[in-house]
Amino acid sequence: MTYPKLKVEGVSKVFVQGRNEWRAIDDINMTLDENEFVALVGASGCGKSTLLSIIAGLQDTSDGVILVDGVPIDGPGRDRGVVFQSYTLMPWLTAQENVAFALRAAGWSKKDARDVAKEHIALVGLERFADRLPGQLSGGMKQRVAIARALSYRPKILLMDEPFGALDALTRRHMQELLTSIWEKHRLTVLFVTHDVEEAVFLADRVIVMSNQPGRIKEVIPVDIARPRMGDVFSAPEFAEPHRRVLKSIREESLKLAALDGAIVQDH
Amino acid sequence: MNWFARSNAASPLIAGAARHAKPSRRRRQSPRHMGRMRYAAIGACAFVAIGCVWWVISGAGLVKPLFLPSPDRVVQRLVQLAADGDLMQDLSISALRIFVAFAMSCVLAIPLGILMGTSRFAEAVIEPVTNFIRYMPVVAFIPLTILWTGTGEFQKYLIIWIGTFFQQILMVQDSVKRVPGDLIDVGRTLEMPGRDIMLRIVLPCAAPGIWDSMRISIGWAWSWLVLAELVAATSGLGYRITVAQRYFQTDTIIAYVLLLGLLGLVTDQIMKILSLRMFGYAQGGRR
Repeated sequence: MTYPKLKVEGVSKVFVQGRNEWRAIDDINMTLDENEFVALVGASGCGKSTLLSIIAGLQDTSDGVILVDGVPIDGPGRDRGVVFQSYTLMPWLTAQENVAFALRAAGWSKKDARDVAKEHIALVGLERFADRLPGQLSGGMKQRVAIARALSYRPKILLMDEPFGALDALTRRHMQELLTSIWEKHRLTVLFVTHDVEEAVFLADRVIVMSNQPGRIKEVIPVDIARPRMGDVFSAPEFAEPHRRVLKSIREESLKLAALDGAIVQDH
Repeated sequence: MNWFARSNAASPLIAGAARHAKPSRRRRQSPRHMGRMRYAAIGACAFVAIGCVWWVISGAGLVKPLFLPSPDRVVQRLVQLAADGDLMQDLSISALRIFVAFAMSCVLAIPLGILMGTSRFAEAVIEPVTNFIRYMPVVAFIPLTILWTGTGEFQKYLIIWIGTFFQQILMVQDSVKRVPGDLIDVGRTLEMPGRDIMLRIVLPCAAPGIWDSMRISIGWAWSWLVLAELVAATSGLGYRITVAQRYFQTDTIIAYVLLLGLLGLVTDQIMKILSLRMFGYAQGGRR
């Protein structure tokens, strides 16, 4: 029997603060197939980052299980690489050393770690900046190093938590194209959390839209755009349809939220 | 914690002057920009200006020499003390005291502060007590320390230690707590054992902050040193000041006060240079 690469089964997360209970996500079920790129979108506060953090094993579930290749996870692991939204490079190590740091932690020999780190720095197009310290790199470059680091030790699944959220629009577009081209060459199972609908549709094979309060899976929208995808995909007709559907789905959620908050809702 | 790092930015007053300066052919720079040499030159001028005011006041006989001797008198006195060997003797004994007491403080405060910053349990045990003691005036401990340990060297160490340790430990804890949680999570996703996360992520990340807290607290240590030497001492810079007071040697007092200021400045600069050497990356510079 073959198992899906990643299976999320009935996962809920309840935060308790004093007497208040707050259900961040509720009964999430989803599967990611091998080498599938799935984007998880939702309005802010829908629990998408919490879900990613649970899948990474950095947070516990209140209910449910996460299975990787059919085996329940027990905390964080090297089978799941994580790219965070914040810049998480070690400031005292150069770009290449940051990648080697992860490889060393994963048990690689010093020499192998250096060689593989160099290779991955080249993969994200930073050969010329390999010896720079994070303080001398732009935000986009830092995230490229973080991606190189997460890919270097060959995780089964790559988890990305709004990795381009802090970047300016131009850099972000550039990073999306870079990530797509790397992914198309070196297939890998990816779960990509974002609130940027264009980004989600451009990158993913499937977009999962989450509802708010509590966070549930609202809708799964397939994206059938041929690969390789280049920058001109954004203006392609086959981009517009899934884009419109995801946007509509999210808008319904934000309208629902606004109504809950008692705000005046005007639909166009 | 890093306000020192920005200390070579100009004051608003000087920045205003630069804005009105003639446009030069050099590349246009922000109004707050100033070269290091120019900054140092202006700083030196401020010292000279204060010296001149002092010289004019004493030279014109506005204040009796008993209260404010002239600058040249003070310098003469300092030279004489240096020639007699008194200065070296006072200085070496004081420096030893600072060194021993400060080392004692660091050796205890750094591990305990790191422990507090990483373990909630250790924090609950240590922090309330430390905060409580921290607010007790160090001066009030002088009679008690004499009662407990006599007037020997150990009592001097104790006073400096009390004055620095309880501040240091909280600053070290703070530096450790500032290590971003996501950086620790990177270690967790790499399945690094807790000890490795501690030694290879938390410690190097907190090190510049810990060094900064040492730099701040060594300044306080100088004050506590003099305090300890003003009461119940038979040697050291502070002791010399009390003796000079007894004989109305205002020139010696002023000479030593200035010397203490200079020593503080020198220590601070050395710490700063070492910080840039070791943790240049924290300022975005090259290693």
